Amino acid sequence: MTEIREYNHERAGGQPSNDWPAYTSTIKRHPQRQPVALKQTLTEITGPTFTSGWTGPEATDLTKQHKGEPLGERMILAGRVLDEDGRPVPNTLVEIWQANAAGRYAHASDTHPAPLDPNFTGRGHMVTNEKGEYRFLSIIPGAYPWRNTYNAWRGKHVHFSVFGPAFATRVITQMYFPGDPLLEFDPIYNSVPDEAARKRMISRYDPNLSEAEWALGYRFDIVLRGRHATPAGL
Amino acid sequence: MDAKLIPTATQTAGPFFHFGLLRPEWADLTDGGKAKGDKIVLEGRVTDGDGAPLSDAIVEIWHANAAGKYAHPEDAQDKPFDPHFRGFGRAFTDKDGVYRFTTVKPGAVPGRGNALQAPHIAMSIAARGLLHHLFTRVYFVGEGLNASDPVLATVEDTARQRTLIAAPNGKANGATVWRFDVVLQGKGETVFFDF
Ligand SMILES: [Fe+2]
Repeated sequence: MTEIREYNHERAGGQPSNDWPAYTSTIKRHPQRQPVALKQTLTEITGPTFTSGWTGPEATDLTKQHKGEPLGERMILAGRVLDEDGRPVPNTLVEIWQANAAGRYAHASDTHPAPLDPNFTGRGHMVTNEKGEYRFLSIIPGAYPWRNTYNAWRGKHVHFSVFGPAFATRVITQMYFPGDPLLEFDPIYNSVPDEAARKRMISRYDPNLSEAEWALGYRFDIVLRGRHATPAGL
Repeated sequence: MDAKLIPTATQTAGPFFHFGLLRPEWADLTDGGKAKGDKIVLEGRVTDGDGAPLSDAIVEIWHANAAGKYAHPEDAQDKPFDPHFRGFGRAFTDKDGVYRFTTVKPGAVPGRGNALQAPHIAMSIAARGLLHHLFTRVYFVGEGLNASDPVLATVEDTARQRTLIAAPNGKANGATVWRFDVVLQGKGETVFFDF
């Protein structure tokens, strides 16, 4: 008899719907049928585990991946990966990618006529420690235009990929910056119906994380689905 | 369930993820051929509501080893663990919308209660235009256990059920190629799961 301690279902309004025409790329890509409800099994409550050797050497300093230093405001980006009950999620892979200070990605398909920075790729990854903590040194990304609608701009953001303990806890998201005037107009940010859940995606300036004469500190905690307290058999 | 914190919402990976998430070695789950079991290639095309290929999708898979055991501490089954098989893969679609993994055919795994699940691969798809990744499952045509699989049974429409079943499509380097296309929208839309 296999008993399954399930992960909590996603809350109504707490996640974006793929059917969100304000973000025009969704129009031909969102499924039209309702997803089929699946009772979680061993398949869903397990997932990749990350130990040394799995991900290669950690890459936590995005300012030292080239000969010189990238242009831009230095940023310490740190936080914890937690579950809904506030418990740390240790040993899980956090991957980030971002544009440079001018709002340009080191990606062949990015045609925004802002300068590339030969000293910045914008890619980092690390495995969380026992307290669920991660920490990167990077630069604050720039805003950039996109062709969703005429004269549309994306606010500054860092892309995050996090696994958590199970296939069910996978999250790919974006971290935004406090006070960004572009968020109000951003259909991606605004695709999350619940206001508190939207605000969860905004990092917090933390003067205690900042380092004097060196770098600004931004804190961003990532909360994954929690679990039922008791297992279910059928 | 008195959960206190609000979970982080998902957002699209956008079109420019390749350099950030690139791990070409993760498309081979066999540790260079050392994993035990029947080697297979799992490949397919991801298409949108117009039938156009997605050249910017991230496909990730998770499955049990050839003996039907997951490389995870919560799999307590008395079955052999394979040190050369971690069970997780990532591949990007190419300009034709095609993803490709090299892996081993998974064994059957337990379902809930006393049920047994047919061999299957869990899959997630993220892309530009997807604000939340999609979950599906890959089954193998001709498996006797498919008929009693509790998850397949929840998909009552047989035409829809067929969207979850990969079919053999020749050989590559001695491995059977299994074809599993993913249709995001419209005619032949793949079954996606919510859990
Ligand atoms: Fe972006």
